[in-house]
Amino acid sequence: MGVRVRPFECWDDFKRYRMEYYRNYLEAKENGSIRWAGSAWAFDPVPAGLGEDVYPLTGEPYGATAAFFRDFSMRALETIERKGAARDLCGYMRNYWGSVAMDRYLLADGAEIEPFPKPDFNFTIHICCTHAKWYHYAAELEGGVPTYAVDISVGPGYLLNDKKIEYVVRQLEDAIQWMEKVTGREYDDELLIRAVENEARSMTLWSKICKLNQNTPAPMEEKSMFSFYVMTLLRRSDEKVVKLYEKLYKEVESRVKRGIGALTQEQFRFVTDNPPPWPFLKVYRYLEENYGAVSVGSIYTFGLGAAWLGMDEKGENWIWEPAPTPEEAGYEIHDRRSALWWTAMFNLKYRASWQHEYSHWIRKQETYQMVKDWKADAIIMHLNRGCELWNMSTLEVRDYLVRNGISVATYEGNMADPREFDEARTFNVIDSFMQSLGIEKLT
Amino acid sequence: MVVAGIDVGSKMAKVVIMDADRNILSYVMARTGTDHRETSETVLGEALEKAGLKRDDLEKIVATGFGKISVPFADDEVTQVIAAGRGAYFVRPSARTVIEVGAEESRAISLDENGNVRDFALADKCAAGAGSFVDAMIRYLEVTPEEFGQLALQATRAIPMNAQCVVFAESEVVSLLHSNVPKAEISRAIHDAIADRVIAIARRLDIRDDVLLIGGLANDIGFIESMKRELGKEVYVPEDYPPELIPAIGAALSAVQGVR
Repeated sequence: MGVRVRPFECWDDFKRYRMEYYRNYLEAKENGSIRWAGSAWAFDPVPAGLGEDVYPLTGEPYGATAAFFRDFSMRALETIERKGAARDLCGYMRNYWGSVAMDRYLLADGAEIEPFPKPDFNFTIHICCTHAKWYHYAAELEGGVPTYAVDISVGPGYLLNDKKIEYVVRQLEDAIQWMEKVTGREYDDELLIRAVENEARSMTLWSKICKLNQNTPAPMEEKSMFSFYVMTLLRRSDEKVVKLYEKLYKEVESRVKRGIGALTQEQFRFVTDNPPPWPFLKVYRYLEENYGAVSVGSIYTFGLGAAWLGMDEKGENWIWEPAPTPEEAGYEIHDRRSALWWTAMFNLKYRASWQHEYSHWIRKQETYQMVKDWKADAIIMHLNRGCELWNMSTLEVRDYLVRNGISVATYEGNMADPREFDEARTFNVIDSFMQSLGIEKLT
Repeated sequence: MVVAGIDVGSKMAKVVIMDADRNILSYVMARTGTDHRETSETVLGEALEKAGLKRDDLEKIVATGFGKISVPFADDEVTQVIAAGRGAYFVRPSARTVIEVGAEESRAISLDENGNVRDFALADKCAAGAGSFVDAMIRYLEVTPEEFGQLALQATRAIPMNAQCVVFAESEVVSLLHSNVPKAEISRAIHDAIADRVIAIARRLDIRDDVLLIGGLANDIGFIESMKRELGKEVYVPEDYPPELIPAIGAALSAVQGVR
């Protein structure tokens, strides 16, 4: 007898928020509101202190959305390449730049709007060769938009100390003064404090939701998780996002209790690592429909959107347990400095996706432990040509996992460039992998 | 019980007729051409004729290769990785690493002691480590495939080829010809370059002995020598059957087992 499945009740809520998010950014100027753009990894709570009518546009999710709509993506990529951008640069970034260069803005449903809404300022972080340059060049394309990038080269989290946190906090303090100057607005510390608390709650809730997928049958498959996790990358400091995750947590918890799974027949569990090939998410459906194979999570969705304890104090083992909120940690946020200190510490220490950029050893440990904790039979790794940062240690990790007895498949592609993905070859890899493991196709 | 394994590759189509005791009754290899369906019908008919059998005598047909979907009469399909692994273990049970270099693809497969695939790595989207590149180079040098391999053995020095891409590698070969570099040294440079690319794929795996080289390029003595030199270990080729036939043997074995 198969597993019971049913659609997510809160699915429409997430979809609606995402639609509103892009539309709010678009329409912000009609009401005198503020628009800012930057990496989804940026310190999202900081601009929130400028007012309740401040709307972000985070670049990576926007690039992924563009990639999903292949026709738009192709035009954007070719537009920016004609301006001289190399094809091996970040796929998200090229879609974003191309969108700006075409002067066309994409909504979550694929509708195109002209012109591209220019931000009042760009605010980002600099963790790899791309992030700061992304917005420096975007600012040029936009005709000169004030841009601020925070350097976070002080990880990894388990080696963090007050001096390192202070280095980031001071940059954030400077950023606030800079934002006041470029927007002409007075900064509200109370809004910052709320935003910092919301950020921690959003990310910790998403961690708890991810943990629920350790159950068998898995209550969520990753294609749905892509639609859920992204809220932490759009505007995690928003109270509405906290509410969405509270609702989702209850629903997933209920699914676990009632034995509601993601697939009617779960005969194989796997995890993934890199960003997926957004134009070809059918890879996941192929695995589900042909092999009853469910992706129960990924380093990408867990690492970007959630907050985890991460490496232990000795730097030996990775711990996939939700990080504490300020309340749980007994940390009182009462002013600008304490708020900035918490958000700096929280991201530097608990944001998994930052940790493995500081150390390949960490990436190996977190991936190995994910396979174990989520009871995965294997990992399917995307050799992603679209992101140098995420891909730089993929084959080292693969080698480590294989040596430790974990089954690994790899396929080549690009998270955000449809020209660099071969569907037939990828399905061939999947078939070969499944056959080598003795997994029969569902009849 | 008699079965057939058919491997429709990008250059050659191969058929193996096998009985229940895994004896190979006949085999046929022919150019794939442009009509995969017609070719697969033709080679199967020829193989049956060689074995003195009729189509109705076949209990099961398993297809593999990039053109496996163009074999409408196949009862089942098996991926190239599984077919190559099974075939390799059949012809050399001591094989633990199988390196296959076909016309348009190369792949490496790691086998366990029972012949099961334990890991594999594929070359993607690049012909620089595959047989079609060699075909192009043979045309440039105006030699036969046999001469091309033998020439490499006569080289007195190694010339590195720097280009990573088949198109640029061709340009490099043209430059070497214009610089009056002997064909023998150019041949070795090409073979070494292909071996480099193929081994780069294989090194994703744990390369364990015996290493068995299969696929069309395993007929090339120059390539075999380059592989031995670059790997620093012995490399074997199938002794009793053509190296490009091995996946078809694997497909036939899959048909015998009745499993994928």
